[in-house]
Amino acid sequence: MNEKPTSLWQKLFGDSVRAFGVVSVVFLASMAVAPAKNFFSEWRHYQHGYLSMIRNRSEANTLQRHFQGGIQQIWLPDLGVTDRCTSCHVGLKEASLADVATQPYRKHPVIPHNLDQFGCTVCHRGQGAATTVEEAHSSTLAWEQPILPAKYIESSCGQCHRGQLPGTPQLNQGRNLLSREGCVHCHLVKSPDGSTMKPTDDPPSLSHIADKTTREWIFAWLKDPQAYASTSTMPNFKLSDDDARDISAFLIGNSTALPGDTATASAKPSSDPAAGASLYGESFCASCHAVQNAAGNMVGGNVGPELTRVGNKVKPEWLQAWLRNPRVYDPATGMPHYRFNDGQVATLSGFLLAKTDSDLLSNVHLEAPTPEQIAHGKRLVSDYGCASCHEIGGIKKPENFAPELSRIGSKPVTQLIFLPGMQHTLPDYIAGKIKNPRAFSPGLKMPQYTFTPAQIDSLTTALLSLNDRSYSLPPSLAVAGKAETDYQPAGKAGKLMSDLACFSCHRINGHGGDMAPDLTWEGSSVQREWLVQFFKNPGTLRPSLIRRMPRFNLSDSDVNELTDYIMTVYQSPAVDRNSMPLSGYSQGQIELGKQLFYGKYSCQGCHIVDTKTDKGYIGPTLTHVGSRLTAAWMYQWMRNPQSLRPGTVEPNRAMNDEDARALTAFLISQKGGGKPEVAKK
Amino acid sequence: MRAQIVILLGFALVGTSCSRKSESAAAPKPTAFGAAIIESSGGKQFAQTGSLLPQPVVVQVNDEQGTAVPGAMVEFAAVPGVIFDPPNGLTDSSGQVTTNVSLGGMAGRYQIVASTLDKSHKKVELRLEEIALGYQQALGRHLNEQYCERCHNPESTPERVSNYDNLEVKPHPFTEGDTLNKMSDADLTAIITNGGPALQKSALMPAWGNTLSKSDIQALISYIRAASDPPSRSAGPIYSKN
Repeated sequence: MNEKPTSLWQKLFGDSVRAFGVVSVVFLASMAVAPAKNFFSEWRHYQHGYLSMIRNRSEANTLQRHFQGGIQQIWLPDLGVTDRCTSCHVGLKEASLADVATQPYRKHPVIPHNLDQFGCTVCHRGQGAATTVEEAHSSTLAWEQPILPAKYIESSCGQCHRGQLPGTPQLNQGRNLLSREGCVHCHLVKSPDGSTMKPTDDPPSLSHIADKTTREWIFAWLKDPQAYASTSTMPNFKLSDDDARDISAFLIGNSTALPGDTATASAKPSSDPAAGASLYGESFCASCHAVQNAAGNMVGGNVGPELTRVGNKVKPEWLQAWLRNPRVYDPATGMPHYRFNDGQVATLSGFLLAKTDSDLLSNVHLEAPTPEQIAHGKRLVSDYGCASCHEIGGIKKPENFAPELSRIGSKPVTQLIFLPGMQHTLPDYIAGKIKNPRAFSPGLKMPQYTFTPAQIDSLTTALLSLNDRSYSLPPSLAVAGKAETDYQPAGKAGKLMSDLACFSCHRINGHGGDMAPDLTWEGSSVQREWLVQFFKNPGTLRPSLIRRMPRFNLSDSDVNELTDYIMTVYQSPAVDRNSMPLSGYSQGQIELGKQLFYGKYSCQGCHIVDTKTDKGYIGPTLTHVGSRLTAAWMYQWMRNPQSLRPGTVEPNRAMNDEDARALTAFLISQKGGGKPEVAKK
Repeated sequence: MRAQIVILLGFALVGTSCSRKSESAAAPKPTAFGAAIIESSGGKQFAQTGSLLPQPVVVQVNDEQGTAVPGAMVEFAAVPGVIFDPPNGLTDSSGQVTTNVSLGGMAGRYQIVASTLDKSHKKVELRLEEIALGYQQALGRHLNEQYCERCHNPESTPERVSNYDNLEVKPHPFTEGDTLNKMSDADLTAIITNGGPALQKSALMPAWGNTLSKSDIQALISYIRAASDPPSRSAGPIYSKN
């Protein structure tokens, strides 16, 4: 027993020749580890798998010819890309592999970019240089950047594309939410081009709040804004009763009266619900304001605040003054100055004040505040940054109240504090923070929002697009969005247009809303007399639309002022409205146009000329189009509608000159009322 | 072997973050057993790859007489990458279980299996299909909403009244797989580009070739393929468990 190990030792290292032999063998074996490791590597395994998969396919020869073994790499120094993903994802560019369900062999889905020009990690994140599955996809000790989950992939489009893209609905929605839900009031969001994201909501000024509402309502609102209006974008600050009491005390005490913003009810609010409902309907209040119906559904638009319980909120004398002229209380409001008469103000205010919820304020009883409470309320208003969103007399708007988010999409995971049970990834952190900010620490100031899970995903997508790579990519790749212009019409007409809040719905020269038609070329498009009549009594052009132009009770001189301005200023260089006559076309041409309308171009699919036979619902009704539009506009529209109104649904039929002239002749003869007008010879 | 484990790990890490969380919560014990499981709502929905379906999936457990069974256990399953929130649950007082579903990261159809146990502890299954849209299909869907749907979708909403009933020659809804699957990509491209007369069909279908780009039209076709029912073969694979 004692001799055995000795003899083994003797055998191996007994003399120098043996020892040299053994050491050489060990050395060779250890040298062989590297090639063996390479031979048994994952990517080689996947390449073998790929080859055996394609062997059974009909196009095996083509695929075999395209196949290149060994480590593959896309190297794009300009973009900072060294991606070896194609070593395992072998079939990314093979169109015929679109039906393969197993990864990593499926073809890359169709995208507008070439893989060779952008690589993989620009969009998918992960470690491009890694050659093992785990290192490439997951966050490991040495590499921090994991693969971006598919649901956030649109964030990568946003690194270069700063504007809206038709193919990225989630990113678009997320960006809209960032500006609309008030995020950017407190958080600075800067683009690599230096521009700052602007809020698109308009939180009201609180400097004169006591004229508008009661302290009890403010208290209830602060405690739970969504209890008053479920669509409200005001977040819940989770205030204690005492804090809400003190803030409401401060806001009421701090409020100053504004001359003219309350009316000594010259007309008593009328209690005729039928008349109120009909005036509310006629004035198309529902185009902007929503009301929850008995079934619990929201009916109406989201441009203005929800009115379901407005009677609990506003003081009658303030509401009457507001309806009479909202610009006295808020010069920048998007609400039009309707020019209601006293009777209408009484009817409408009575109708709105009846919209109450008896439960809302029934349990709110506040004692007169002490000076300490008011002082405490003021401190809270500063602490919570209320003035970031609202104008409050005597409180300065804080600068950079919340952390800047311009590069939030690259925040290192090591700097994040996660909740227990949470995945340790940046997207999960961002989504969790939006979903329930105070869960991360009860002392945090960020309030609780009421976002749906889909909205949280959209917001996270938009935030992930704000990352270091968007700064390091070559600026030449950046695609600017369409920036909103600050166009303002001049003169008396310009004042009238802001008084009527035309831009809340209409867009002109790149500024304004998208609810109603773009009016940039309106002066070339319509006939003056029609426009005058339309202002006095706006009818509808599209039978299926529920949002319509309201009537503003304009005086004749106001109508003339607006019409003159529109006809003079809003003219397209491409259309000379006097270049074609409004009548006098030959019967033959009109007849030919009619044939083209119902035959070759089948316009009746979308438009109505003859109310007895045509049913088309999509485009405007054309029964009176001959007294509405100019012939020159119609002709140019026939030739190329998108050149006049980009994005219009009307297809460009690339009509020849003859067809376009004949159709113009037919349409201009549609003057409404009875038979089409025929030129008298 | 090691490679396989690593793939599994990769999938697990990428896909199943939520389900892992929920699985750790102890599943409640069923108090009743049904005989059949039916869909209440939520099948055949569209979502972008990896994203939440717009509406939750609701299934109902019934007994032999077809009345709802409260307290039955329903489990949801699909390929790795599909996330159910919650992955299982007991039917409520109306016999229903609701779950929110996020689809996997690849475009295509995902088969979802909802299962419950009957009285003899045999599995009763319901299979639903949901459709995940990749970039191209999502773009096609957007174009469909902008240009096509007003005529091609017979369903009206107050916000968007359908023009379908107004048309003398009825267009094919994009879900009409029986007809549309027979048309080649070339035929669809021709009719969208040059209008109905290109295939001796109604001129009510206008030519869109000057309004939409070639890639727009390809995107539309890929959406039509994804939306068609029964599924088109060119819509890509069906991801199903087993």
